[in-house]
Amino acid sequence: MANMIHLEINGKSVEVPQGTNLLNAARAAGINIPNLCYHPDLKPGAACGLCICRQLVPDRKDPSKLVVSPKMLRACCTEATEGMKIITHDPEISAVRKTVLELILANHPNECLQCRRNGSCELQSMAAAFGILNVPFPTEVSVATPDASSCSIVLDPRKCIKCGRCVEVCQHMQDVWALEFIGRGEKTLMKPAADASLTNSPCVRCGQCITHCPVGAIFEKDDTIRVAKALQDPSKYCVVQMAPSVRVALGEEFGLPSGSIVTGQLYAALRAMGYKKVFDTNFGADATIMEEGFEFIERLNGKGAMPQFTSCCPGWVDWCEKYAPDFLENLSTTKSPMQIESALIKTYFAEREGIDPKDIFVVAIMPCTAKKWEIKRSKEMAASGQQDTDVVLTTRELARMCKTFGIDPSALPEEPVDSLLGTYSGAGTIFGFTGGVMEAALRTAYCVVSGEATPPVLEFKDIRTMEGIKEATITIPKKDGTKVDVKVAVVHQLSNVEPVLEQIRSDRAAGVKPRYDFVEVMACRGGCIGGGGQPYGTTDEVRANRTKGLMTDDERCTVRLSHENPEIKTLYSSYLEAPLCEKSHHLLHTTYSQRQPYAN
Amino acid sequence: MSDSQNANDIVQMTPVLQAFIDEWKDKQGNLIMILHQVQEIYGYIPREIAIEISKQLHVSLAKIYGVVTFYNFFKLQKAGRNKIQVCMGTACYLRGGEDILLEFEKQLGVGVNATTGDGAFSIEAVRCLGCCGLAPVVVINGNVHGRATTKQVAGLIAQYRKAESV
Repeated sequence: MANMIHLEINGKSVEVPQGTNLLNAARAAGINIPNLCYHPDLKPGAACGLCICRQLVPDRKDPSKLVVSPKMLRACCTEATEGMKIITHDPEISAVRKTVLELILANHPNECLQCRRNGSCELQSMAAAFGILNVPFPTEVSVATPDASSCSIVLDPRKCIKCGRCVEVCQHMQDVWALEFIGRGEKTLMKPAADASLTNSPCVRCGQCITHCPVGAIFEKDDTIRVAKALQDPSKYCVVQMAPSVRVALGEEFGLPSGSIVTGQLYAALRAMGYKKVFDTNFGADATIMEEGFEFIERLNGKGAMPQFTSCCPGWVDWCEKYAPDFLENLSTTKSPMQIESALIKTYFAEREGIDPKDIFVVAIMPCTAKKWEIKRSKEMAASGQQDTDVVLTTRELARMCKTFGIDPSALPEEPVDSLLGTYSGAGTIFGFTGGVMEAALRTAYCVVSGEATPPVLEFKDIRTMEGIKEATITIPKKDGTKVDVKVAVVHQLSNVEPVLEQIRSDRAAGVKPRYDFVEVMACRGGCIGGGGQPYGTTDEVRANRTKGLMTDDERCTVRLSHENPEIKTLYSSYLEAPLCEKSHHLLHTTYSQRQPYAN
Repeated sequence: MSDSQNANDIVQMTPVLQAFIDEWKDKQGNLIMILHQVQEIYGYIPREIAIEISKQLHVSLAKIYGVVTFYNFFKLQKAGRNKIQVCMGTACYLRGGEDILLEFEKQLGVGVNATTGDGAFSIEAVRCLGCCGLAPVVVINGNVHGRATTKQVAGLIAQYRKAESV
């Protein structure tokens, strides 16, 4: 238990753990101090200057009296100390805050109505809260041109308020180091080094810079128009799939609490938009487990490099290809659920329905911006003969499309998913949070190795936490009466990856068996539920709610093992022969290659 | 600077620089010291060298460019064979330093912190050079030209151009 600190905020006593900053101490007193640069995920940067507050201190002449210190403290980076007396607002503080806002607005383009963040912008709502009607300073807006080189992320430096969140996220939370403060003073720009465009930079397109940006300076590359056109095109057979974590996040865009499960409503909404078939990436996740789980068992039996790393997350795969090429042979060759689903749509489904795969247009709804890159990342992404996934839309883009179509999923009755590639097990749905892929794989691996119908426990508590690096050992009885200990690690948030790789490298150098057998990596904090394509406002509280939603979804499933999914059984009995067969190698597996962080 | 390197040449790491990096590699403040040395040797921070330093020091290229673009001392473009520095310190500024700077820019067709297309001249605005009595001051290749006027600019350019062709 942390030491508790007692202080007064505006005369109200509060108790907070030692190390709490004044911003969070004030929250404990029910005060939200205005700010634009602080984010609970990140180290405070004291950049915006809005969160100023003042302290009551003993008068120099008469120490028995308390006076208001003229010093303006920045609440985000001032630690609460015992006995502090803090004032969070008075007329002078409010006036300074307003001036700070006016100065920010003097360098900000006045184009809220044509901005991607219209309605969700923190600066916009702050300006509204302060009732700013004009800017009493000469305005000067940067003329820097947007960088739209990446297929996932657009940087518009004109709108940047230099809060520094993106740089902090990119460097310290994600260990990617694509963005940096380039230049100095008013000319500072957040962009890649060496004049590299974003697409030629180390950027892994995780999109965490987007979800942390308070304004419209960083946003996803919009693909909704292409999808809307395809839906109108009578020659196109539009098929959609949606990722696990979309179902517990999209509701937020329609006023539901975070974590609300809207699976059935989403199926209804997608059907109402005009998709001919509504499938579910969760089915693809179950298929992933079949391939990746069996691949793991093969490696465990000596065929292939150990430990095996999961490869569902394109941000992690890109990071590995750029920063850890010595681990490429450890990456599972199994494609991500999205790519498996798409490949099967354009082969298995197309053949069954007698549709020319060239006419099928596959849209994938993802919590992720890196998925927009994944669909073209290598030649294996066209296993069907054409690009398997045509377009990736993020959760936010889907919400926008629903709104432009006049569809409110939260108001629709639930509908079922379409058959063949839609039914999913509980194991498929937990792919959306950190530890879920590992848990799903272990459930199936346990059954296959032991020959038992079901594992003694389905929920692996040790890997269901928010710790950055989680470890567990699972003992599986083998059919021959012996036992095997499977040592696993689960990592989320890319900054936690390097320490794990270093440990494995040290095992390699020492010539000993690697300390882990299987490692799951998800680039984003909390996993896909906290992805770069998810609704704005992601914090640990929101992550916990979305995770809870998926856990509930898993509990509600009658089938909770991937290999027991009846449609998976049909897939393997009627189309693929067995996991890792030649056909599945062709359709469901991929290769990796080293990439230079700075291309060109 | 006797460096006759073409802008298109691939910049190579010099043995002097490599020795300096080896010496500083594990010391505190290594990046800034090494960047100083790079600036000294090449007259700017070449991209290839920055990438090499990034690898050797295990510092991201982003961090290196963050430092390089923060300090005015570091240049990202190779300086001209003739380096023109116009003082913009208080005394020189009051006595017309800015007019002289603008005149150089006009005559050479490049802005401050830039190099002419033929690589002959680069212009820099600097702060007090410590000889305010001579204000306004222009320094070219280390030679001080005091009490400068806009009328002298064309002559100065011609003088250094001529000196080059000799």
